[in-house]
This record gives sequence, structure tokens and C-alpha cells, in this order.
Amino acid sequence: MTSNAVLEGRALAKFYPVSNGPFRAADIVKALNGADFELEPGKTLAVVGESGCGKSTLARLVTMIEEPTTGQLLIDNEPAVPGAKTRKAVQIVFQDPYGSLNPRHKIGTILEEPLLLNTDDSPATRRAKAEAMMARVGLRPEHYDRYPHMFSGGQRQRIAIARALMLQPRVLVLDEPVSALDLSIQAQVLNILMDLQEEFGLAYLFISHDLSVVRHIADEVMVMYLGKVVEHGAAADVFAQPRHPYTLALLSATPIADPTHHKHRIMLTGELPSPLNPPPGCPFHPRCWKAQAVCKEEIPPLEGDNVKVACHFPLEPGEKPVTT
Amino acid sequence: MPLLDIENLTVEFQTAGGVFRAVDGVSLYCEKGEILSIVGESGSGKSVAMLALMGLLPWTAMVTADRMIFDGRELLGMSPEKKRKIVGREMAMIFQEPMSSLNPCFTVGFQIKEMLRQHTDMNRAQRQERAIELLASVGIPAPKERLSVFPHQLSGGMSQRVMIAMATACQPKLLIADEPSTALDVTIQAQILDLLRSFAHEHGMALILITHDMGVVAEMAERVQVQYAGQKVEEQNVVDLFTHPHHPYTAALLSALPERANARRLPSIPGVVPGQYDRPPGCLFEPRCSFATEICRQGAKRQGSGLGHALCNHPLNGPGDDAGEQKQRNKAGATS
Repeated sequence: MTSNAVLEGRALAKFYPVSNGPFRAADIVKALNGADFELEPGKTLAVVGESGCGKSTLARLVTMIEEPTTGQLLIDNEPAVPGAKTRKAVQIVFQDPYGSLNPRHKIGTILEEPLLLNTDDSPATRRAKAEAMMARVGLRPEHYDRYPHMFSGGQRQRIAIARALMLQPRVLVLDEPVSALDLSIQAQVLNILMDLQEEFGLAYLFISHDLSVVRHIADEVMVMYLGKVVEHGAAADVFAQPRHPYTLALLSATPIADPTHHKHRIMLTGELPSPLNPPPGCPFHPRCWKAQAVCKEEIPPLEGDNVKVACHFPLEPGEKPVTT
Repeated sequence: MPLLDIENLTVEFQTAGGVFRAVDGVSLYCEKGEILSIVGESGSGKSVAMLALMGLLPWTAMVTADRMIFDGRELLGMSPEKKRKIVGREMAMIFQEPMSSLNPCFTVGFQIKEMLRQHTDMNRAQRQERAIELLASVGIPAPKERLSVFPHQLSGGMSQRVMIAMATACQPKLLIADEPSTALDVTIQAQILDLLRSFAHEHGMALILITHDMGVVAEMAERVQVQYAGQKVEEQNVVDLFTHPHHPYTAALLSALPERANARRLPSIPGVVPGQYDRPPGCLFEPRCSFATEICRQGAKRQGSGLGHALCNHPLNGPGDDAGEQKQRNKAGATS
């Protein structure tokens, strides 16, 4: 659509076969079942949902760690082919800063490795670039010769962010970047991310389950449930007026740090169904208080002008849910 | 008299680099039927203090206290045999990782009935009946069939329900929940927290909830104790803590919450929690505190109950503070 999108996903889907042993046909898990989105420079698209909703699969597709089963990924309106060029454009920061840094490498080596593999820079240039990036994310020059175990969780996450930015990517995928961090450190890392976005005009794909963080950082939100996008729109609109019952339930389940706040809590009954055997029709209908006969049969399409929602009976403004 | 009364609890570990003090002179009490929350970041000693109470620490830990009284009985120096009769029956604990706290080799039913076999004199049929009743009480559908499943067949939320069923099997007077919902999804977290709250209210059970999530504290707790680097820095009832924090650390922590931010940049606390080798000599929060003065490097003074027992020389939001100045100080509580 618009030409200023850096990265565009069109009907992205990823199915995994699950083996049932040598003599039976394999089952198919539809980890991600059709996602359309665009990433624009300087903007943040947040993907929220519970475990098993396909948000990490989406991250793996966007970073081209895996190829989509169907659908297309476009970078600058051209189909993305896995390779050095795309790797430079899209980088990722993982959730666990303890597991994502090689314990045998010094910070300098970790930061210079992307340059060594993808550019022709001389050792001196590489070192200069690494030191400049370290200063940018708030690490001291003497950290260059230290090993990952000498750093705290927040510092490691800064190293991971610095490493991701070494190749000057235009899209940064952030897979739960602050959920392993303490509250006081979380604020530091979020500030750095916002500063870097402004400075380099980065497009963020921000994957999180923490809605208070998403509300703060996101421009656009995509809510997912069992591999499907159920609501997609500007963050301000979605948070002010959620239209899908699941979005409302998710918002009401998030604890709010205000003891005087009394809210109408929606208790979702039951648990997430198995993605191996999703319910027919709307995937949310077994837990939905608005479900009717049609929800069990037809999959609602994702439609709408401003905020897109996949529901047969979207919530009207001001509508209070009937608690079950 | 409170149900649980701990005075000046200290836990030290002998490490290769010398003695490490994980819990530093923490006092704590909990009334019958009360929901107390202990909040703090990682390394604040909140879990270790409770493990010490339960007697679940390894032998390398040195636990000392002035008193540790549970329901009128002194736990310090009690023989292990006697203590085993209290722990599990009158005082139970659930942990953060429900998936790894259950034994994968035995069925859920066996593990619940094991509690009853150890602590009650029910016969086999009564135990079976009680186990079904317990699973039903924590909201597990088809409880009779679920007794014969193994832990790997359950989801995280279901495992946590089984843990709660086990912990409440003997109707304990005190339940300690160590980050009970951290590993769970938000909608499941809401279910588990509601379940814990209703148990506390229905059975008059005291609940100590250990967490790092301010949102969970605000929704669950009646009284809150804030810990920092092994010390208790503040204690207040929940509404006052959120509106008038007295310790600069609490104030800074609250203003670092994204939902409380009114600017795009979040106010954050500079630096990190001190570790074993860089413990400051005076007040432990002094290097990160924006109000610190020379005397803070000598030590911190414990304030009275009017100031939330804050361990601070310059408590905030005191009765003498002028409203305008108060606002200023709150704002400065966390520098960006």
C-alpha cells in the first residue's frame, strides 16, 4: 500500500508438521495463520498475546530464521530473500540476555562479529564502530575486554541491543526485550530503545505480553490468539476502545498498579485450546461470553477501517461485558 | 498476637569470596487471615527469608534471628521432627515454577495424597475423597479423572492449581506464595490470583505473597513490605504505600512503572542493585539515591511507624513536609 513501509508481511503463515510416529500421518500445527502488517521507519508495531499465539513464530519469519509456509515478506517492496542483504536490514534482540550471548567471547568480539561476517571493515574500523555503539547504549569503554558473565541482566540486554544495531539495520525485532529484567532496569532499557529509535529512525516489531509496557511504547498494536490476528490498529484506539472480546479480557486481566482502582474484571473461563486441534469457527469462541451459533461455524474475517477486528459481534463503544 | 512474628532475621552464606549476607536483619509479622506482600527486585532476599522460615535452605546457610514465632511456638532451635509436623501442615509454600515443582515420576493424585498420608490419619478411601474435593476446590474440571494424570500432561496454570491444592490439603494457617503467577499468562494469572484470594478469605488463611510485580501487589495485598538488597526498607498498608511512599527507593520504583509515566521517557533509577562485592558501607540505596547526603554514607536510620518504618535518613512525604515541596521531591525521586 504505502510506499514508506520498510518491511511488509502479506498473509504470512507458518505450519509445522508434528510427527505421530512412523506409521501415521503427521499432524499440522498452524503456529501462524495469516498475518498482514507493515513496519514504518520510526514506528513501533507491538504484537501481544499469550503463549502459543504465534508471536515468536512471527519474529522468526520476519528475521528470516525460518521461511514462511505461505505468504510473502517484502523489504522495500521487494520480496525478501534470505541472505546477507536482508540480514543487514533486519536484526533481532532476544528475551533472555543470559542465553543469547556467547559466554566464551569478550564483549568486543561479540559486537564485532556481525561486521567481520558481513562487511570488509578493517580491524581498526570495527573496533571504532564497536566502541561508538557501546557508548551509545551506555556501556563504558573498559567493558570492551570483559566477558558476559561479568554483567548484570540490564547491561547484557544493552549488549544484545548494541550487537543488533552494529550492521545499522532498519528493522529491529524485539522479542520480549524487557520481561526478564527488574522494574528499575526495565525503565532504563525502554528509554534506550526509544532514544535509538528516534536517532536511527528504526522500525520496531515489539513482541510482549506486558500490556503496560506496550501501551507506553507502541504506535500500533496487533493482538493475536491461536495463530490468528484478532485485532489490529493504532495503539491509542485499541487501548481506549477494544473491539474484540479477547482484547478486552486481556486488558482487564492485566494487574494495574493502583490499589484504589476498582475495575470490572472479566474472568476468562478455561485455558488456551491446543494449537494442534483448534476449535472450529472463531478460535476464541469456547472462552467468549458473546459466542453464538455462528461463531462455532464461521471464521470471522479481519475487517474494519481504522481498527481491524476479527469478530462476528465486536464490542460497541461503552459496552460492558456480561460476566459468566 | 500475630500468627507469624519474625524479629531481626539474618541469613548468611559462606561463599568462596567470603560471607554473603542475603537477608540482613529483616523483621516481619503477619496476622491471621491477612494478605501480606513482600515486594522487591531480584537479590532483595525476599525468597531466601521465606525459605529460611520454612527450613528449606541448604546446610550452607547460616540462619540467625532474635525470634521466629509461629502460632505461639518458637521455631528457632526446634528439633527437625517437631518442625516437620508444622511445615506442610500448618504452614505451606508454593513456588514460581509450577512445572518443575511437581515430581514428574508420580501422578498428581499420588502427590496430593502423599500430603494427606504424612500429615493426617485419614484412611485410603478418605484420602481419595479428600483429594477429589481438593482438585475441585481449585477449579480443575473432571477432578476424579485428573488424579491419575502425570504432571507433564498438565498446562502451567493447571500445575499451579495442583500445587495450590497440595499446599492447602491440610488447611494451613499460613500459605507462602513465592511469585505464584510470574511464569503464567495474564489471563491465567488473574485466575490463580483470584483463587488464592478466595482461599485466604474463605478459610481465614494468612497469605504471604512474594512478588516483584507492583500490579499484583496493588490488586492482592493488604499490607506491603518493600525489600532492597536484603533489607526491609519500608512497610505500609497498600493504599498508603502507593499514594505516599516514604522511602526514596519505593518512590522511584513506583515512578518507573510505565503506566504511571506521563512523559515518553520513563524515570529510571540509575545504577544497579549492589552485589556481594560492591555493598556500600552506609545506606545500601545511597549510591542510587537522589536525596543522599554525607550522613547516608555512615548508615541509615530506621524511622517510626508514621513514616512506614522507612530505613532512610531523609524519608519522603513526612507529616511536616509542605505540599509544594512534597511534589518537588516526588518528582526528583527518580532522575531520568
